[in-house]
Amino acid sequence: MKIKDNVDVLVVGAGPAGSIAARVLAENNVDVLVLDKKQEIGTPKRCAEGIHSNVLDTVGLKPDPLWVVNETLGAIIYSPSEKKVEINFNDVGIGGYILERKIFEKHLAIDAITSGARYAIKTMALGVIKENGKITGVKAEHMGEEIKIRSKIVIAADGVDSKIAKSAGLNTTNRLEDYESGFQYEMAGLKNINFKYLHLFFGSEVAPIGYVWIFPKIKNTANVGVGILSSRSTPEKNAKYYLDKFIEDHPDIFEDASPIEINAGGVPVSSSIDTFVMDGLMVVGDAAQIVNPLHGGGIRLAMNSAKIAAEVSVNALKENDFSSSRLYEYERIWEETDGVRVKKLLKVRAFLEKLNDKDFERLADILGAKDIINLSNANYKFLFRLLLTKAPKLLPLAKKFLV
Amino acid sequence: MNVGIRNREAHASILKMRIDRKKCCYCGGCVGACPLNALELWETELVVDEDKCTDCGICVKCCPVGAIEAD
Ligand SMILES: Cc1cc2nc3c(=O)[nH]c(=O)nc-3n(C[C@H](O)[C@H](O)[C@H](O)COP(=O)(O)OP(=O)(O)OC[C@H]3O[C@@H](n4cnc5c(N)ncnc54)[C@H](O)[C@@H]3O)c2cc1C
Ligand code: SF4
Ligand code: SF4
Repeated sequence: MKIKDNVDVLVVGAGPAGSIAARVLAENNVDVLVLDKKQEIGTPKRCAEGIHSNVLDTVGLKPDPLWVVNETLGAIIYSPSEKKVEINFNDVGIGGYILERKIFEKHLAIDAITSGARYAIKTMALGVIKENGKITGVKAEHMGEEIKIRSKIVIAADGVDSKIAKSAGLNTTNRLEDYESGFQYEMAGLKNINFKYLHLFFGSEVAPIGYVWIFPKIKNTANVGVGILSSRSTPEKNAKYYLDKFIEDHPDIFEDASPIEINAGGVPVSSSIDTFVMDGLMVVGDAAQIVNPLHGGGIRLAMNSAKIAAEVSVNALKENDFSSSRLYEYERIWEETDGVRVKKLLKVRAFLEKLNDKDFERLADILGAKDIINLSNANYKFLFRLLLTKAPKLLPLAKKFLV
Repeated sequence: MNVGIRNREAHASILKMRIDRKKCCYCGGCVGACPLNALELWETELVVDEDKCTDCGICVKCCPVGAIEAD
C-alpha cells in the first residue's frame, strides 16, 4: 500500500493518545496520517487494563462488550501486613472497567479510520525533519524502505520510549526517581480472590515505592503485576524478582495459576516534560510523560491530552499558523485542567514515598474508603486534621510535602 | 528475535553494557530512560548505538527483567 508523503497532520504512534487525536482530527475533516512501528496495533500490550468509567466519558466513548471484559465494583488495598481497606466505587459515584486493551486500541483505530484518518503500520518514525527550526515532517522506515513524510503539524504520541520529541530537541529524559519499572503476567487459574475487585498490595518488601496489583479479567484470569521505582531496582532485585516473590508467597491465590502472557514496561511518573510544543510539533500522552503520578494510570490523561492537542490543531490549521506560540494553547489548556491535578498528585506521591511500612500500617488503620478516594483525587486537606488527632508523628511530613 | 549493536562493524565493542536477548521482553523501558537516546526499540529488536552510549548504567537499573548487564 502506498503511504502518503504529504499530509496536514502526521501522528506518530497508534496507542490510545494517537488514535484519539486521529479521530478528532478526521471528524473535523483534517487530512491525517498515523504511523505505528508495530505490525499489529495494540500488541504487545504494556498495561494492566484498569480504568475508571469516567475515562471513556472524557473522549466520548461508550463501553463496548467487545473490549470491556470485566466491570469492577471496587478496590481492596492491602497494607504491608495485609490489613484490608475496601473501597466501593458505587459509594463514590464511579465505575470500574477492565479492558481487553489490544482490542480497545484496534477499535480506537477503526473509529479513526471510519472518520477519515489513514494509518500506516510497521512504519517506524526515525526522527523529525527540521527546517529553519520548524518541524516539517518525519523520516520513517516502512519494511526496510526509508520514506519522508511532510506535514504542517506532527503530533508525537509515541509513548514512553518516544523518539520524536527527543529528535526534535526537547528534553525528555526520565529521572530514575520519577520512573516506575513494571512487570506483569496475565495469568489464568487464580483462586480465592474476589474477581469483581481490583487488589492493590503495598509494602517495602512487596514493591519498593510502588505496588503489586491483581486486576481480574475474564473467568479466573487477571493481570498480576508490579511497579517499583527504577532507582530502587537492581539487576538482581528487579520488578520481575518482586512479582515472582509475591506469587510464591501467595500459594492460596496462585498455586494452580500459570501465565498466558508476559508484559513489561516503564511508567513516567514525573509531572510531565517541560514543554509540549515546538514550531510544528505537539507531544501528547506518555511521550509527554503525562501519567497519573500516584498510580501510574495513563490512559485517560493520554487520551485527554491528545484530544486537546487535536482540537487546537484544527483551529491552528484554519488560521494557517503552526508556530509554537499558536500550538502553546494546548499546553496552556492542559496546565489549567489536568495539569493542576497532576501537580497536586505529585505532592501526594512525594509524601507517600517518605513513609515506612509502620506508617502505612497506621494509615491503613485510620484512613477510610472515602479518604483514600480523596487522596487519589488530590484532595488532601482533610489529612492534616486526621493526622493531628490520630497520627501526629506524620504531621510534619505531611506539612513538608503537601502544603 | 534480534538484539544488536549498531556500528559493531566500525568499532570494536568497548561497551561494558550487554543486552541478554533471551531475557529481553521488548518493553522499551530502557529506551525511555536512556539519557543519550542511544537505544532504539524496533518490534523485536533492541539496538544500542555505541557512538552515543556512555555506559552510564541507567538502563541496567530500570530494566524490569534484568536483561541488561554491565561488567
Ligand atoms: C505495566 C504497565 C501497566 C499499566 N497499567 C495501566 C492501567 O491499568 N491503566 C492505565 O490507565 N494505564 C496503565 N498504564 C499506562 C498506560 O499503558 C499508558 O499511559 C498509555 O499506554 C499511554 O498511551 P499513549 O498512547 O500515550 O502511548 P502508548 O500506548 O505507549 O502508544 C505509543 C504507540 O507509539 C508507537 N511508537 C513508538 N515509537 C514509535 C516510532 N518511532 N514510530 C512509530 N510508532 C512508534 C508504539 O508502537 C505504540 O503503539 C500501564 C503501563 C505499564 C507499563
Ligand atoms: S527494559 Fe529490559 S526488557 Fe525492556 S526493552 Fe529494555 S532490555 Fe528489553
Ligand atoms: S548505558 Fe546509559 S547511555 Fe548506554 S544505553 Fe544504557 S542508559 Fe543509554
